[in-house]
Amino acid sequence: MSGPSKNTTPKASVRRRPGLFRTAWRFGRTKVGVALTALIVLIAVLGPFVAPYTPTEFVAKPYETGVDGALFGGDNLGRDVLTRFMWGGWTLLLLAGSAAAVGVAAGTVVGIIAGYRRGWVDDVLMRTNDVLLAFPQLIAALLVMSIIGPKVWLIVAVIAVSHMPRVARVIREATRKVIEQDYVKAAEAIGLPRWRIMTVEILPNVTSPLLVELGLRLTYSIGVVAVLGFLGMGLQPPTADWGLMINENRQGMAVQPWAVALPVTAIAVLTVGANLITDGLSRAAIGIDRGVEK
Amino acid sequence: MTENEHTENTDTGSAATGGAARSGEAVLVVDGLTVIGRPSDVEIISGVSITVKRGEILGLVGESGSGKTTLGLSLLAHCKRATEITGGQVRVGGQDLAGLDEKGVRRLRGRAVAYIPQSPASALNPALRLGVQLREALHDDSLSEQDVLGRVREVLREVALPDDDAFLRRYPHQLSGGQQQRVAIAMAFVGRPEVIVLDEPTTGLDVTTQAHVLETIRAMTRDYGTAGVYISHDMAVVADLADEIAVMYQGEVVERGRAAEVLSDPRHAYTRKLLLAVPLLRTSGHEEAEPEEEPLLRVSGLTAGYGRTKVLEGIDVSVSRGECVALLGESGSGKTTLSRSVAGLHHQFTGEVLFDGDRLATSSYRRTAAQRRRVQYVFQNPYEALNPRKRVREQILGPYRHLVGRPEDPDAVVAESLERAALPASYADRFPEQLSGGERQRVCIARAVATDPALLVCDEITSALDVSVQAEIVKLLHGLQEQGMALLFVTHNIALVSNIADRVAILNKGEIVEYGPVGQVMSAPEHEYTRALIADTPDFELSFPGAQERLGLAEEERAVEG
Amino acid sequence: MTRLIVVRLLFGALTLWAVSLVVFAATQALPGDAAQLILGRDATPERLEALRDQLNLHEPVAVQYMQWLQGILQGDLGNSFSNGLPVAEYLRSSVQSSLALMGLAALVATPVSLFIGAFSALRRDRSFDHASSMGTLVVASIPEFVVGILLILALGPGGLGLFPSVYAREGGPEQWILPVLTLALAVAPPIVRMMRATMIEVLESEYVQQARLKGVSERTVLWRHAAPNAIGPVAQVIALQLAWLAGGVVAIEFLFNFPGVGKDLMDAIENRDVPLIQAVVLLIAGIYILVNLIADVIGLAANPKVRVANR
Repeated sequence: MSGPSKNTTPKASVRRRPGLFRTAWRFGRTKVGVALTALIVLIAVLGPFVAPYTPTEFVAKPYETGVDGALFGGDNLGRDVLTRFMWGGWTLLLLAGSAAAVGVAAGTVVGIIAGYRRGWVDDVLMRTNDVLLAFPQLIAALLVMSIIGPKVWLIVAVIAVSHMPRVARVIREATRKVIEQDYVKAAEAIGLPRWRIMTVEILPNVTSPLLVELGLRLTYSIGVVAVLGFLGMGLQPPTADWGLMINENRQGMAVQPWAVALPVTAIAVLTVGANLITDGLSRAAIGIDRGVEK
Repeated sequence: MTENEHTENTDTGSAATGGAARSGEAVLVVDGLTVIGRPSDVEIISGVSITVKRGEILGLVGESGSGKTTLGLSLLAHCKRATEITGGQVRVGGQDLAGLDEKGVRRLRGRAVAYIPQSPASALNPALRLGVQLREALHDDSLSEQDVLGRVREVLREVALPDDDAFLRRYPHQLSGGQQQRVAIAMAFVGRPEVIVLDEPTTGLDVTTQAHVLETIRAMTRDYGTAGVYISHDMAVVADLADEIAVMYQGEVVERGRAAEVLSDPRHAYTRKLLLAVPLLRTSGHEEAEPEEEPLLRVSGLTAGYGRTKVLEGIDVSVSRGECVALLGESGSGKTTLSRSVAGLHHQFTGEVLFDGDRLATSSYRRTAAQRRRVQYVFQNPYEALNPRKRVREQILGPYRHLVGRPEDPDAVVAESLERAALPASYADRFPEQLSGGERQRVCIARAVATDPALLVCDEITSALDVSVQAEIVKLLHGLQEQGMALLFVTHNIALVSNIADRVAILNKGEIVEYGPVGQVMSAPEHEYTRALIADTPDFELSFPGAQERLGLAEEERAVEG
Repeated sequence: MTRLIVVRLLFGALTLWAVSLVVFAATQALPGDAAQLILGRDATPERLEALRDQLNLHEPVAVQYMQWLQGILQGDLGNSFSNGLPVAEYLRSSVQSSLALMGLAALVATPVSLFIGAFSALRRDRSFDHASSMGTLVVASIPEFVVGILLILALGPGGLGLFPSVYAREGGPEQWILPVLTLALAVAPPIVRMMRATMIEVLESEYVQQARLKGVSERTVLWRHAAPNAIGPVAQVIALQLAWLAGGVVAIEFLFNFPGVGKDLMDAIENRDVPLIQAVVLLIAGIYILVNLIADVIGLAANPKVRVANR
């Protein structure tokens, strides 16, 4: 509480609270998450440059293990498992990353507008959201893929669209909390244009839930891209892709486990890593948001 | 000068003291009680000792963060998460609660010592009927089901609530705030406890409801011979109610004594400061101001509402240049709707709002830049009125750039407005989180005065602040008014109004029931609502040397001299 | 409250109708020749003509939709392209298998999750709580088919060899274990976390504090004061997780070759069997909407403020 003299504040209260990232970094799990994610990203990005063969080169018999020069043996067609593993990550990262980014961006715009404008704008946007939400994410993707065919831009678009209403719902809630605060009314009282209020007063104050949502959506995107590949509805052969690799090699899992185990482990480590970071961020965000109020 | 107006309050005070003298046995003895926080090991309350006698009430006063609620809970041997009692005794009727095990404590709670919470709305279980919650408070296995129900009905009658089955079947959300608090009181008294801890039980209640609840508490403690500990930040309520006063500051009791002694001869500097900060309810000695011919703001025939519900009807108010007009009303009276309509934040109103001769549009977006610049608004809660992501400098310059234009010397603009709000220019680089509540409210005022407005609308701007900070903000407003600023001051605090307003409009249920010069309204109130409001507001008088510095007294002195 | 529920029901019906519109638009109202697009370049002219007939492609789009919708409302989902059977008949046994699979998973996951969640709340910030928090975080992150493969690798023929990895018609009940376990692991984490969070919130509420200050026994505090207030939010999450199962079952059935609707959907996509795709997607979305609706109603019913508001 404030001491007897009002115009000089004690030194201690002058220091600013650390930001979201710094607070999150204090949790041990965030560090572990960053390490795990970095490991997989490194494999995915550098892999193609250091892989011993090209991804479509035949080096062994189908499902053959213990081949010289092929550490993890050959896959269902006899291509080098290690090489295909090292080539197969960046597509997954790129697709998941862009789907999450597009989905979260669109969801944020919709969420802020719906939350701030209320009235019929809110109604229309949110009812549309509800219809989009009536499809389980995977089913929507499968429906579109099966009819139009698996195309790269379509994978990104479908996943982004399925993220959009979920992100919008969260951001709309956050926006509602922000606009109950009087600084938004103060801006309205002086007649600040609505778009400026949304970008200057509201957006900076929903960044915490926004970052958490981005992390969450990234994790889900990785899952959906991988499962589409696994179901044969994602990237098509002969591309080296982790999800597709699992699909191609699952029949030989008992004789040649590496061709499945490698991509499966990579996906597991990547999603766990990303989720650990998200968890750290959300823990930090709860603390920070609590601090905003009295 | 002040003697005559306060006889009523002094009477109640002496009656309470007289009643206490008849009993005398100390029921609650707290000795050297220390509570620490985990894991930091910081002492939240340190070495507190208090005693309360049968049938008496101890007023425990302190501002936010003084540890008064922690102390209140530890009297029931309850510690919030991550806190712990590490030393001292809490003796209730001879038994030390702090030394008992969980089971022993549980047996004494409700029977030997009971608790009345600050907000019954969240302390009553929303999923349980009132009957269940009342019955279980009387956990006495020797009583039959019939006896328990009889006792519950009896205590409900005592707190003036219905005692029929239909009422017992209700859920908490079906009651009004005052009724919920009565249920909480009944729940505490149902087990005839020896000690009762009341944690700000009237915060959030209207003055009239507060007066009734306080009266109930007073009668119940006297009738039952219970020792009461009344925790509050409100010196006026405590002065009115308590037989003994203990003042808490940063986890310690800095002063304790008989109520009359503490009020007449405070020993500790903090006690004195706290006492002086409470505005006096002035009912005489006001200067008569001559209203101008053409007022700056004229509201006539204003009717406002939300959807189909009407909140305000037929409002006529005016504010002249350099004048302070107060809008006084309790929660739900529509006072905030009125001030928001003037600021262009509430759009659903009809009627005329003239500012400087020109009609103001309903929405701020349809008003001219000059109008928006010249009418500024200061919000109730400074913790919500500043964008947490902007520095003070940007908070002030943002509206300035939008309404006035790009300043030639931005630093000078910021420094000047901060100075007018009595803050050093170095505060410009701070973020809101680096400011205390009072400082935040000063920044809000600086932001409002930066554009050089003619009218400042102040919506309960002191109610979220501690009383000592409130006094300073009021002084600041006085200064601004002397510089020629007109103020529309919205509040529920009649004592504050009696000190700062030139004229006052009293709002009740959406209508102005009384409107006139503050001296006239305070000394000769015409409407019965105003009379009840003045009578129900707790007040006290100070007689120690230096008491003239108190807000209100100095003014009165000056009025007499001039 | 009845009014609120009726409003939700109406809205659920409206959503279902919107879904039917989307499904129809995605499968039939495509620009160009839908039949060609559906069957691909190398389709025979006879099959194309047959498809055009079955889909009423000669009529205007609106009429096509009306006829399609009318058929569905009468229970006529069309005939499967691949074997000519009516879709309803084709799906009957796989719907039963899928429901059994989902039901078993829910039956295993729900009580265990509730117990772990409540126990974590009571043991807050102790080692059990940390372990369960970490465990649910890890399991929740990994996509469910990856969990399934990891289970196969560990317990299947390549690993410990305890359970078969692929479903076969003549196999025994042990072949249900891995699919059920995978689905249970997939739905459990959110239930655990919600149970924990809700219990903590309720236990820290002022009304629980007040109950303790009244001297009520700890058991009464838990069962009378805390539990009724925790039911609403937790029941909603359970229902949402069950709804998720409707979609999540697809990848798992594909992985284990389990004869349910998910596998039917994948087969239908493989064969471009449009009526089957439409039926399965509508079915899954229907279950999804229905369970969400139930979750809403439970949420309303658990709140006394809503329950007794309109008296």
